[in-house]
Amino acid sequence: MINELLLMNGYGLYVWSAFAFTMFSFLTLYMIIKTQYVKERNKFIAKFGTLNSKRAAFAKSQSVNKEILSSSSNI
Amino acid sequence: MFKYFEPNKIFAATSKAPKYVLLLFIIILSIGLTEALILSPEDYKQSHAVRIMYVHVPAAWITLGIFSAITFLSIFGFIFKIRNCFLISKSLAPSGLVFNLIALVTGSIWGKPTWGTWWAWDARITSMLVLFFFYIIYLVAWRIYEKNDKVFKITTIITIFGIVNIPVIKYSVDWWNTLHQPASINIFSESSIHISMLFPLLIMTAAFALFSLLIFLMKYNTELIKIKNKGLDRL
Repeated sequence: MINELLLMNGYGLYVWSAFAFTMFSFLTLYMIIKTQYVKERNKFIAKFGTLNSKRAAFAKSQSVNKEILSSSSNI
Repeated sequence: MFKYFEPNKIFAATSKAPKYVLLLFIIILSIGLTEALILSPEDYKQSHAVRIMYVHVPAAWITLGIFSAITFLSIFGFIFKIRNCFLISKSLAPSGLVFNLIALVTGSIWGKPTWGTWWAWDARITSMLVLFFFYIIYLVAWRIYEKNDKVFKITTIITIFGIVNIPVIKYSVDWWNTLHQPASINIFSESSIHISMLFPLLIMTAAFALFSLLIFLMKYNTELIKIKNKGLDRL
């Protein structure tokens, strides 16, 4: 059963390599986009930390900024 | 109506959605892989090689769909001066490019056992390669002109040229004698594919669509945070 699934009448190498390439591409793209996201979010948090209290209060009053600060890396 | 396109209004939803989309993608992909690799029957002519169809065809459909969406959004955004349309287009492009690459590579792998060659300069394959270059040019244009207002005009022009290639890809198998087989699935006429193969194909298409949605949401959120970073600089 396992052998049949792996070999697939001699087409196993083609089938498995096509699926493996697809999954590898998915994983690579996901990791790249996630890294970019985390990098930008950390940059935002660091910049936010350098604002004085008045500017921070103004920035925090904007809903998007609040969302970014509250969204921990949970993707 | 256009006020609903404002990034500020969308971010609340898009920042929470990826984790649910990822979960749904993993579930659907697991079902799809089980169907495609184990449960679906082998083809009477191609034997198990037909299973490559379950990654090749959805990838090709989605890359064509994404480029069409990018073009529509770019033109719409350019006419009505809606920057968010460009932001959405830009966020869609990475998954479109990767699906194009998957379609090309898996097509090449499928070509070896069925046609006896990894590559042929056939109309369908060549036009898919041309689309791949349009994706590259589009993304490079964003990279080069990102800080320049000309980027909207340049990327729209690229998509207008690129969209001409979409009907060529679709009808190339009808217009020319190609190694590539004609479409087995037709919306307006009877499909030649059996239901036992159509079902896993549709599940894999749903999984791939969810993956492109996931990547789009993550990229879109990244772009919004980038804009907000610039906003903090101006404070």
